[in-house]
Amino acid sequence: MPIGKKKTSKISPEELYKKSNKLKQTVIDMLTEAGSGHTAGSLGTAEIFTALYFQILNVDPKNPHKKNRDRFLLSNGHICPIWYATLSERGFFPKSELWKLRKINSKLQGHPKMNSLPGIENTSGSLGQGLSQAIGVAIAAKMDNLSYRIYCMTGDGEMDEGQIWEAAMFAPNKKLNNITWIIDRNNIQSDGKTEDIMPLEDLKEKLESFNWFVVEINGHSIEEIISACKMAKSITQRPTAIIAHTIPGEGIEFMENNYKWHGKVPDKKEAIAAKEELQSII
Amino acid sequence: MLNPRLKLNQDVFLKDTTKRSPRDGFGKGMLETAEKNPAIVVLSADLSESVKLKEFIKNFPDRFVQAGIAEQNMCSIATGLATERKIPYVVSHAAFIAYRSWDQIRLSVCMNGANVKICGSHEGFSNGPDGASAEPLEDIALMRVLPNMTVINPIDYEQTRKAVAEISKIQGPVYLRFSKAEIPNMTTEETPFKIGNAEVFVEGKDITIISCGAITYEALVAAKNLKAKYKIEAELLVSPTIKPLDEHRILESVKKTGLAVTIEEHQINGGLGGAVSELLCEKLPSPLLRMGMKDSFGESGSYEDLKNKYELSSHHIENKVLNFFREKK
Repeated sequence: MPIGKKKTSKISPEELYKKSNKLKQTVIDMLTEAGSGHTAGSLGTAEIFTALYFQILNVDPKNPHKKNRDRFLLSNGHICPIWYATLSERGFFPKSELWKLRKINSKLQGHPKMNSLPGIENTSGSLGQGLSQAIGVAIAAKMDNLSYRIYCMTGDGEMDEGQIWEAAMFAPNKKLNNITWIIDRNNIQSDGKTEDIMPLEDLKEKLESFNWFVVEINGHSIEEIISACKMAKSITQRPTAIIAHTIPGEGIEFMENNYKWHGKVPDKKEAIAAKEELQSII
Repeated sequence: MLNPRLKLNQDVFLKDTTKRSPRDGFGKGMLETAEKNPAIVVLSADLSESVKLKEFIKNFPDRFVQAGIAEQNMCSIATGLATERKIPYVVSHAAFIAYRSWDQIRLSVCMNGANVKICGSHEGFSNGPDGASAEPLEDIALMRVLPNMTVINPIDYEQTRKAVAEISKIQGPVYLRFSKAEIPNMTTEETPFKIGNAEVFVEGKDITIISCGAITYEALVAAKNLKAKYKIEAELLVSPTIKPLDEHRILESVKKTGLAVTIEEHQINGGLGGAVSELLCEKLPSPLLRMGMKDSFGESGSYEDLKNKYELSSHHIENKVLNFFREKK
């Protein structure tokens, strides 16, 4: 397979882990400043966002609308603090914007609004719509004979929505091999554990029976994320779903795996403790 | 009596006048518009034949997306296509597309101001035998309330055909609602159609009748009879665009007549009647009679029988307008 000019310079995994740790600290600061928001999922996907924006996606912060850029769409919009933090770190907009999250007249809406900031490629909030939006973009790419890839992240709780399964049936049917669907499999949702509320297992088997190419990975391993995304590009006849097993609130012991942190933010004291713990890991 | 400027069909009142279905006008318009604009793509949810897309699909197979019976997925897919500068027309029966996918139309389509055209066929009673579930009588209200949305309910074959082309020229979401029924041609190829314009089909000084959709034919016959039988000169103002409403023309007419009636194949709440009453209350308080469905669902029956039972046939309009006129003037 011919490889085009490499757009992103190679960064060592150590550097990437440092970046994701830094992003988690930024997210803690943003959420504490905002006073409301969704902590667990934002922290649990930091490695995925880091790998995507610093290693995988063909994007250019100086030319955010570049025609053949890779598209990333976020369906579980409530975890947008990590998206905002990552885009800013990648140079899409100044960091000073980050502290306006959820405030009046801000470009950082509580849930993503398309084009409110460079790099925000879709609007989400009401769950279950992002994968379908991504499919629309993927069909357009095929119609226009463009080679960019479409990445879409959904939560696992949001897979309770029927629309997700409409989309899950649709994409393999149309052989949309330009889609990489990343499922943040963190096992929690607002009211409790996913397997108590609406069991998804065997998720891999379910998606395979829909004719997706499915890879299961540790969503905190940057190496595994990169390798799965590379593998997806080599699949020719069907789309790829990456089930990324993650720990909600990862890196902060008092938050990890506790669904109560899905929709709340740390107070000032908790924020200090959280950041100290994150700093101690590096 | 027909406004000569509008070049309306002079044979409209003849018994054997030509009838055509607005949905056929939609199919024709879709084909013609797609020929002119390569950005247009069409999506349908397992009802492509029913909404007359056969010719489009034959001519542009690569620009058609079969979504299966999954309207929610279809509407969000359309947004993705619009993001990449396509002009997606999402087509199904109004009874499905306007209801099942309202959240997707709100978030994916309208919040983005996405250039998606939501097209709902089989308006009002025109799918009558299928019964209440297949009779969209609340869809205008649901679409009208959405920010960024334009709402159009053309009256006949020609107007629907033209509307398909016109909506491709404006940027942003549109809801286009049209009938399945065979309706006498009221307009001709030469009749002007502009989004946002209401047109005076029949000039009058006594009372203003405002209508949209295929039921306009019944209003037109009623206007003719009111003059012939009672010498009441009703002004028929046809307002296919419900949002943005042609406030200027409506106010101008009601200022002249002092009385207003709205007629639609829709609930009297939230649709054309709702829009006109909001306008008049704020800007020109005037007696208003809203004709349409009165907070009830429909049922099975032929188009004619349903119009009769729910009092939207020309003789009902005639009598109600007459009584309203006598009571208020």
